[in-house]
Amino acid sequence: MSIFTRGFSGRKRDENPALPPGQYLTEDFPVLSAGPTPNIHQDSWEFTITTETGQVHRWNWEQFMALPSEDIHTDIHCVTRWSKLGTTWRGVSLDTLFADVETNYGYVMEHAYGRYTTNVPYEDLRDGKAWIAHTFEGKPLDPEHGGPARLLVPHLYFWKSAKWITGLTMMKDDEPGFWEQNGYHIYGDPWKEQRYW
Amino acid sequence: MGTVASARAETPTGRSILIDVPDWPGNIAGQHVDVRLTAPDGYQATRSYSLASSGPEPRLQLAVDRLPDGEVSPYLVDDLLPGDMLELRGPLGGWFVWKESQTEPVQLIAGGSGVVPLVAMIRAHAASGSTAPMQLLYSVRTPDDRFFADELEKLDTVTYAYTRTEGGGRLTRDALEAAVLPVGAAVFVCGPTGFVEAVASWLVDLGHDAGRIKTERFGGA
Repeated sequence: MSIFTRGFSGRKRDENPALPPGQYLTEDFPVLSAGPTPNIHQDSWEFTITTETGQVHRWNWEQFMALPSEDIHTDIHCVTRWSKLGTTWRGVSLDTLFADVETNYGYVMEHAYGRYTTNVPYEDLRDGKAWIAHTFEGKPLDPEHGGPARLLVPHLYFWKSAKWITGLTMMKDDEPGFWEQNGYHIYGDPWKEQRYW
Repeated sequence: MGTVASARAETPTGRSILIDVPDWPGNIAGQHVDVRLTAPDGYQATRSYSLASSGPEPRLQLAVDRLPDGEVSPYLVDDLLPGDMLELRGPLGGWFVWKESQTEPVQLIAGGSGVVPLVAMIRAHAASGSTAPMQLLYSVRTPDDRFFADELEKLDTVTYAYTRTEGGGRLTRDALEAAVLPVGAAVFVCGPTGFVEAVASWLVDLGHDAGRIKTERFGGA
């Protein structure tokens, strides 16, 4: 049930069909991390994909940056209601990283430096829907925004795009990650407003 | 759905608001609500606000700072009247919370309106009779910019850092070190992103474990 709020008329600046329900447009790039920004050195940076057999696929920074990167132009939507349209990134597609990975599991846990985790169905990371991004707006990704590299899966709320990504683990079932254990939706589709439990 | 019971100016741009919510399920200190405003033509705007209150009482307290280009905050600070109805959703948030079962010392660090969820923690801590140390470092421009000034003045566990007064200035790492509990305390930092970023990284430099620092950032680049 919606009631009208006495005396509120709003500014109606956000009648933009590119905005999912309940979102407002920002020109900013807000930072909403649960803890301090980790300090990650490129020489010790590592990204791994671990499958159900225990097999680990591993890339150091040099190996990662030698992979083909793509330009990405996309909208991003945060569960705290801000959306940023037309953002530009550069990153390695997960299709490239998963090329030699054999798995029968359907879910993935994203692991970040620090304690952060977030879960996502495997199919949401494939077929051109996700990247490990290292560049934002033509410059190396800032640590505050997840640098040196973050996962980028823009069709879901942005908490699913783990900053400071360090690895992906295949999972049989959809286990909840950090925010999913702390009140947030297991899937997070902005177009269905899947914010909370 | 809640009814505004009363509102009080806290600062030149900020206001605290008491809201009666008959079916409130209760909340933990540090949680927030989503407030949704609906215009006559159906346009809606929703924003999150931390609660200064906690526990089972069906009377909540919010405190809101008016943002210059805000959409919801100007309405809540300037237009909302006692007797008005307000649509709320909550309580929300399971991470940036303090429960009386936590027995370790707690350091709270606030920038501006970031003090609101930390005041909820101070109140819950006092109500629980906990003997674990809890102290607050509160950074604001001037003494007039403090939320809940009267209430905080009664405590001897609050240190202020005034950034725009004579003899004041932006909080420094040394001043932070002098004001906070030793390494090992649980730390909660809340405020504008730039403030939280600086404070959190100094705390880590000072030896605090990143895993014991919880941050809540109020947007911005």
